Amino acid sequence: MMTPAPPSHRSHAYWLLDPDPKSELQARLGSLYRQWLILRRNPLAAMGLTVLGLLVALAILAPLIAGYSPIEQDFTARLAPPSVHHFFGTDEFGRDIFSRVIYGTRITLVIVLVVVAIAGPLGLIVGCAAGYFGGLIDTVMMRITDIFLAFPRLVLALALVTALGPGIINAVLAIALTGWPPYARVARSEALVIRNTDYIKAARLSGCSHARIVLGHILPICLTSTIVRVALDMSGIILIAAGLGFLGLGAQPPSPEWGAMVASGRQFAFQQWWVSAMPGLAIFVVSLGFNLLGDGLRDALDPRRR
Amino acid sequence: MKAVPSAAAEEMDGLLRVKNLRINFNSNGRTVEAVRGVSFTMGREKLAIVGESGSGKSLTARSFLKLVQPIATVTAERLEFRNIDILRQTEKEMRRIRGSRITMVMQDPRYSLNPVIKVGDQVAGAARLHQRISRGEARKKAMQMLNSVHIRDPERVYELYPHEVSGGMGQRVMLAIMLITDPEILIADEATSALDVTVQLQVLSILDEQVRMRGMGLLFISHDLNLVQRFCERIIVMRRGEIVETVAAADLRKSTHPYTRGLLESAPRIGGPRTDLPVLNRAEG
Amino acid sequence: MDAVFEKAYRAGEILISIFITYLGLLLVTFLIARVIPIDPVLVVVGDRATPDVYQAAAKRLGLDQPLWLQFLSYVGGILHGDLGQSFISSRAVLSDLKRYFPATAELATAAILIGSVLGIPMGMIAAAREGRWPDYLFRVLGLIGYSVPVFWLGLMALLVFYAELGWSAGPGRLDIGFDGQIERITGFLLVDSAAQGEWEIFRNALSHLVLPAAILGFFSLAYISRMTRSFMLDQLTQEYVITARVKGMPEWRIIWLEVFPNIRVQLITVVALAYGGLLEGAVLTESVFAWPGIGSYMTSSLLAADMNAVLGATILIGTIFVIINMLADLLYRLLDPRARRGLANT
Repeated sequence: MMTPAPPSHRSHAYWLLDPDPKSELQARLGSLYRQWLILRRNPLAAMGLTVLGLLVALAILAPLIAGYSPIEQDFTARLAPPSVHHFFGTDEFGRDIFSRVIYGTRITLVIVLVVVAIAGPLGLIVGCAAGYFGGLIDTVMMRITDIFLAFPRLVLALALVTALGPGIINAVLAIALTGWPPYARVARSEALVIRNTDYIKAARLSGCSHARIVLGHILPICLTSTIVRVALDMSGIILIAAGLGFLGLGAQPPSPEWGAMVASGRQFAFQQWWVSAMPGLAIFVVSLGFNLLGDGLRDALDPRRR
Repeated sequence: MKAVPSAAAEEMDGLLRVKNLRINFNSNGRTVEAVRGVSFTMGREKLAIVGESGSGKSLTARSFLKLVQPIATVTAERLEFRNIDILRQTEKEMRRIRGSRITMVMQDPRYSLNPVIKVGDQVAGAARLHQRISRGEARKKAMQMLNSVHIRDPERVYELYPHEVSGGMGQRVMLAIMLITDPEILIADEATSALDVTVQLQVLSILDEQVRMRGMGLLFISHDLNLVQRFCERIIVMRRGEIVETVAAADLRKSTHPYTRGLLESAPRIGGPRTDLPVLNRAEG
Repeated sequence: MDAVFEKAYRAGEILISIFITYLGLLLVTFLIARVIPIDPVLVVVGDRATPDVYQAAAKRLGLDQPLWLQFLSYVGGILHGDLGQSFISSRAVLSDLKRYFPATAELATAAILIGSVLGIPMGMIAAAREGRWPDYLFRVLGLIGYSVPVFWLGLMALLVFYAELGWSAGPGRLDIGFDGQIERITGFLLVDSAAQGEWEIFRNALSHLVLPAAILGFFSLAYISRMTRSFMLDQLTQEYVITARVKGMPEWRIIWLEVFPNIRVQLITVVALAYGGLLEGAVLTESVFAWPGIGSYMTSSLLAADMNAVLGATILIGTIFVIINMLADLLYRLLDPRARRGLANT
């Protein structure tokens, strides 16, 4: 007698949660899926994920949601308070703040992605190499890391941007170049633990080159903790970027960068509070979302809780 | 369950009385029954509770101190110390019992002593918690107590930190802490399990001396059958939350209960046969 | 004798390590200065100078030397306190820094006091009441503290508490009328005015200090309370806490008299790190509150691309950071009884 097949929408879950995985792929995906379930159950992390999703959605759909152009000026509607026409009011050039905030999501997203794309791999590789090779390489690399960690990050980024000149590219570069050391640290401590394991020794014995071991074996294992560290750091990246923007060192006008928007609203802050308040609120919400997500990720991936 | 024959039976004050004790843990929606219907009475004697890990022996003892309640559900028809109903006691009332009338010594002094406070101060602190005495008096009492647990130069040891003393000395300090208030019952929860054999004997003899001197009751938790047979007067054997047998120490080796026999036979003995040790069959039933 | 030698060796190791890190710090600032697309010689001689003048100026600035020699003379200069000249103020950067530093120090110190006096108990209560409402409340507060941009919070706070409610004084350290009325001894307005008995000025300075210190303090509070909670939770699972309960100790005594001494030393490190973080936050906060400290100095120099001034401030902040970390490390080793060696015999 044939039993009916289980409904298809459940079968992938059964396969992923199979306590007896038949292949490495199944085991890995299953592990990821379990972590995803834990993450989803955590209400705070879910909130963070929602915020992140909202950010991405707004960035992509900006032209559809905004309603006004972010840079078009309209002097008849200068400094108008929030209303049905302008949800967040208008600034000193008559630009709709709501639209500017929405378009600003693109800038924020780009900054975060580029910084992570540069600093993440950089830190990961430096850390893995340092941890695996040990000895002089380790000492030198950790020394360099220490030097960067000896500076407050914002201050160093400020100095760097001053030297390079204001602009969003330089700002991103400065943040990335000052941000990789913590990731290197995390990757290194993981690498130190694994490098003495038997299977790495076996890989050496079977003739794998150092490069292949580092990239193919060590890196993937350090990846998880580095990702968590990066996730926890993302809100910091946003805040530093906003700080640089506030000081006029980030994206230049008329770009709707949130930090710069807060700065330009300063002179009207006491009467037309919305000009500074709204973009700052956006920074806060996004930063909060990333923090919640980072916390949730850390809890989900914390080996003690599994 | 065997009846309880013992010379001590006539002197039983019934210091501790428990009837149908049940302790349940809830985790992730599942309930684990750690202690299932334990009943016994203890007088001014050396009573041992013996079993493997997970048998519920520690939990049973700690329920008298009401230390288990916050993390598990404890119910019983009776849980009494003298004529005090432990189940009804408030936290405040329990604090007057703990440390002064019922005390407990745990397994490893490296962890059970506060690492950043001098050992002598920890002893003195225990005294000051339950008596209104000055620091100077407490210090003197602590010195006396250290002396009476056979610590040879109490002045020097007083100033040491827990990581600076050996295991045996640490346990003696713990004993000093837990005896300085002259309690009526001492619970020894695997108190010698972390010690070397020779040190074990030393600490046990000090324990014995103190218990006799003060006329206390001693509830001795252990997994070591040989040890409790020589040291205690009565033995309760527990398995998976239930009492399997209660027997006088002298009668332990004559026990016919299959579990007890299993425990006895799987413990190595010096001078015993050199064949493979039997392993307990842990299947259900 | 061996023990003394060993201690000296370890101390030496640490000092060398710090020295190398510091050297690296200077190297980084040196390199940043060399990254500028602006030609420093042109800045001095103008772009219509003849080649001879250009060469002479370049030689005077030492720019014809190989890079590593330049670095050495740079380091030498710094060790002598020569941080170059600010071209806006035409003063030595060092004297500028000396003028502006106390304001930042006063602000940072007030902020760290708020942060630790409030943050440590908050963390301890959150740990003791884990899972219940005080825990959630404090964790939410901490989360907000981590996420909100400091400059925006400062601006909003000024809006609400100064402009709308009038509870706090406005930007700046003192009302304009009081400017220059007291002699500058330490540069700490609270200290100087109290020392000279000028209580009206004292109160005024205090009313100006409150808001920026509270904003900055809120940040350190978030970090400090989170770390305190984490340390406490680690300790509360330890056996000695059970011993304390068995002794019959009430919960509050356990927390403050038994557990707290175990985390004291770690908290010192945390507070030190928080102080360093405050210096960072000060840069932005001073801008919002028109606070004449290193932060303001740095931002105004930034906008004018006054590289010497910016680097000078960076070096100063970096130096303070290194010193604070060094002190924290030192205190940690000195105060932790577990660092005491040796095992007594039975």
